[in-house]
Parts: sequence; C-alpha cells; structure tokens
Amino acid sequence: MEQTAFQIHSKDNVATALSPLSPGNVRLTGEGPMDSVLCTEPIPKGHKIALKKIRQGELILKYGVPIGCAIRDIPPGTFVHLHCIRSLYDERSSHLDPATGAPLDTRYE
Amino acid sequence: MNIFSKSFKGYLRKDGRKGIRNRLLVIYTVECAAFVAKEISRQSPYPETECVGFSGCTDNQYAVRLLISLIRHPNVGGVLTVGLGCEYTQPSWLDEIARNAGKAHAWLLIQTEGGTLPSVRKGLSLIREMLPALSSVPQREMQISDLVIGAECGGSDYTSGLAGNVTVGRFFDMLVDAGGTALFEEIVEAVGLEDYLSGRGAGPSVKEEIRRTYQKALEYCRQVRQYSVSPGNFAGGLSTIEEKSMGAVAKSGARPINGVLKVSENPPSPGLFLLDSTPDPYFMQFGITNPNDSEGLLDLISCGAHLVFLVTGRGNVIGSAVSPCLKITGNADTYRHMKEDMDFDASPVLFGDCTLGKLAEGLAGLVLEIASGKKSRAECLGHAEYFIPYKYQEMRCRSNETY
Repeated sequence: MEQTAFQIHSKDNVATALSPLSPGNVRLTGEGPMDSVLCTEPIPKGHKIALKKIRQGELILKYGVPIGCAIRDIPPGTFVHLHCIRSLYDERSSHLDPATGAPLDTRYE
Repeated sequence: MNIFSKSFKGYLRKDGRKGIRNRLLVIYTVECAAFVAKEISRQSPYPETECVGFSGCTDNQYAVRLLISLIRHPNVGGVLTVGLGCEYTQPSWLDEIARNAGKAHAWLLIQTEGGTLPSVRKGLSLIREMLPALSSVPQREMQISDLVIGAECGGSDYTSGLAGNVTVGRFFDMLVDAGGTALFEEIVEAVGLEDYLSGRGAGPSVKEEIRRTYQKALEYCRQVRQYSVSPGNFAGGLSTIEEKSMGAVAKSGARPINGVLKVSENPPSPGLFLLDSTPDPYFMQFGITNPNDSEGLLDLISCGAHLVFLVTGRGNVIGSAVSPCLKITGNADTYRHMKEDMDFDASPVLFGDCTLGKLAEGLAGLVLEIASGKKSRAECLGHAEYFIPYKYQEMRCRSNETY
C-alpha cells in the first residue's frame, strides 16, 4: 500500500504523515523538491517525518518558519516529535509524554 | 476568465456599501423578549428573516456596539427591534440607528402591546408594512474585490493547518491582490509568532500595534491560565505551540497586514486585517476571548464581513446570522461523512491531486456563486447562529461614527 506524507513549504525539513507510516518508501506531496523519502521507523498519522538529517540545535522548519529546535541529532526518515525537538517559547511542552502528550511534571498522588 | 473580474448584483446601502444579502433582523434587547422575537422571526412572511440579540437587561458598550454594527451591516436591509419595556437597552434607540442607516425599521414593546400573542401579531404586521421598503432596495454591480471576507477555524485537526487554512490563506492573497479585504482573528492562537506576525505589519505603527495586540493576548492567556494547546494536540501530531499557531495563522496568507481591528470596527481601507477579539485587561472579568465558534464568526461579521469561512477538520455544522458561512475542511473523511454541511473540500491538495493555486481558484469560484445569491449549506439547512457576550474593549475615537 502506498504511504504518503505532505510537505507544506519548500524550505521545510519535516513533512506530515497522511496515514500511519511504516519503514519503507513514502511518497511526498506538497511543495518540496523531493518525490519521496525513506521512512526508517513507525510514525503515526498526523505526525512528522524528518526529510533530511537535522543536527542538534538546528531549527525545525514547517510552513517555512521555525516551529522549534532539535535537542539531538535527527536522522532522515525518523519520527520528529517531543522526544527530539523543543519549543522556542513554551518550556513546559518539552516535559510532556511523547506518545500521549500528557504532562509528566504534575504529580497525581 | 478571471473570476475576480466577474460581476454580480449587490444591494446598495445609504452609506455606499453594498451587501450580498438583504436580511431582516429581529433584534431582542433583553432575554425576556427573546421568545417573542424568535416567534416573530419564525412566522415572518419575509424569507430572509433572522433573530439576534443579547441576554442581559443591563447594557454593555461592547455588546451594544456589536448590535449596532449588525444594524449598519451591508447585508441587512431591515430591522425590527423587540423589547420587553423595562430594560436598559431601549428598542427606540436602536431603531433610530436603523432609520439613520436608511434601513427599513420598526420597533415594539411587549409590555405596551399586552403580552406574547399581541406582540407577535404586532411584529408580523410591522414586518408586512416593511416589505415594500425591503423589496425596493436598489441593486448595483459588485465584484469579489468589493467583498470583505473573514476566516476562523474551529474543530481543528492536523489537516486544518495543512490544507483548510492554507487554502484560505492562498485565496486571501488573491483577494487582497485584487483589491478586496480579508479579516482573520484568533490572536490567542498565535502564541510564539510575535516576531513573525509583527514582521508582516505594513508599516512601523502597524508592526507596533500587532505587538501590543499579541502581548495583550499572551497576558490574557497567562491570567486565565489557558493556552490554546492541549494534550490532544500533542497526541495528534503537533509538537510545539509554534507549530499549532502557524497552522492557525496560515489562514491569513502571506500578504502584509494593513492594520488591527477591534470588534465592530470597519476596515478603513481594503487589504488584510487582524481582528483583535481579546478583552482589554481592564475589567478582565468581562468575557472569555473566544467562547465558541458562533461568537468568532459574528465578531468577523461585526467588522463588515459579507461572507465568512469556518475551517474545520473534525467537522462543524454552524452557520451565522447576517452573513453566509462557508465551511471548509481539509479532511476528506469529514467531507464525505458530513457532506450536507460542508461547502468545500480542501483535501485534494494533500494527496497531490490538485495544486494549492487551483484549489484557491476553486474556492474563489464558490465565493462568486455565494455572493451572487446561491445559498451556502448552512443557509440551506436554516442555520443562523449568533452569540453576543459582554466584554470590555476600548475603541479608538472615530469622528465619523457615533456609538
């Protein structure tokens, strides 16, 4: 089955999965110069895949503007989310559970 | 053939503006009069009758201003004001504004008429007397460039920021380039984008005004402890507030921002404008910034929007009083699942089946049809929602308008 991700701006270094992605070829639609990218790990629908190698400290570009920065090196084709990027504004969202988005900095005891 | 050079007929108003609808508003001035006003509206012999009003007996300058902006709105041809009799906001005052704006107008008080049924009978008879004036409004040629169009999003999902809002943004670029006017709001959903947004200001004073508007919204979020991002957003694939904000702001397109409008303020020129719907810090207890989508749509309409877009990923069914609402989704499943409620499917761009430019042209074609009189899905179904809360917002002094 063909899997697709959408790149919104030609400068972007991430694209959004239009269906759940599994390792293998991913067709790219939208504005970018690349036709496809090789996915290396499972990525849920609506989440982001790295289109190129993004070094630690480098900005994550979506819509052609920074939406955060890398907190570790991100290889191409991998899952881009809370575990590897952080907001430039909102400190708290770096402390959320990457899968559920649930806050980990509030104790319920 | 350029869609933007095509003409259609609009209703010419006394102030020179042209409307794409000729609505009759039945306005109630206190909740106690709402039932009678709604009955009159329901039984009205005039097909374009709608009911609006606010709940309180005490008046609030923001809410009164909003009602007045609807009375003066180019899509409105007549106004019947219904009061109980003892409330602060007297129907005769609103009626005077309708008269001065050249609209068909009448008013009544339930206490004077003698209760529910006499008031409903009186209201219907007043509407029958207004029919000749409503049907004799002069019509003039209009083009899309004469339109003011507003956009907001609600019930968003990951497609809103990728397809729905982006298509609206591209259409707004075309509209502004053609000499039209575009409005966008939801500054509380722009957290993280202060530099980006103010950088798009058309001059130093606009840049500064955008910064102030942004700072006020940020302060508001801090005070009410509510930012516009939730665990569900993160679980749905958004990683940062900037990412969510960009998805929301995408509907503003890429043109310079010509100014910031307050609720009920008409744009001073064509171009792209940011609508500030956040309450001012003084009397912060007056009002939540965007309590629901109906309020957001009416805010845009209060600034003169002839037509409004509601971009929704998960799906929404509302329309609005006064101006047609087009519901746009970037989610192909939602479009199929709620087909009778959705006006436009922006999802083809995601799968590479259509370019963004082509899709925006398709939206322009739909705008032309709706402006020419074709009903939106919400209009077909009878939706005419409204929500007028109490808030506190200072207005700039404008010598040519009195409130």
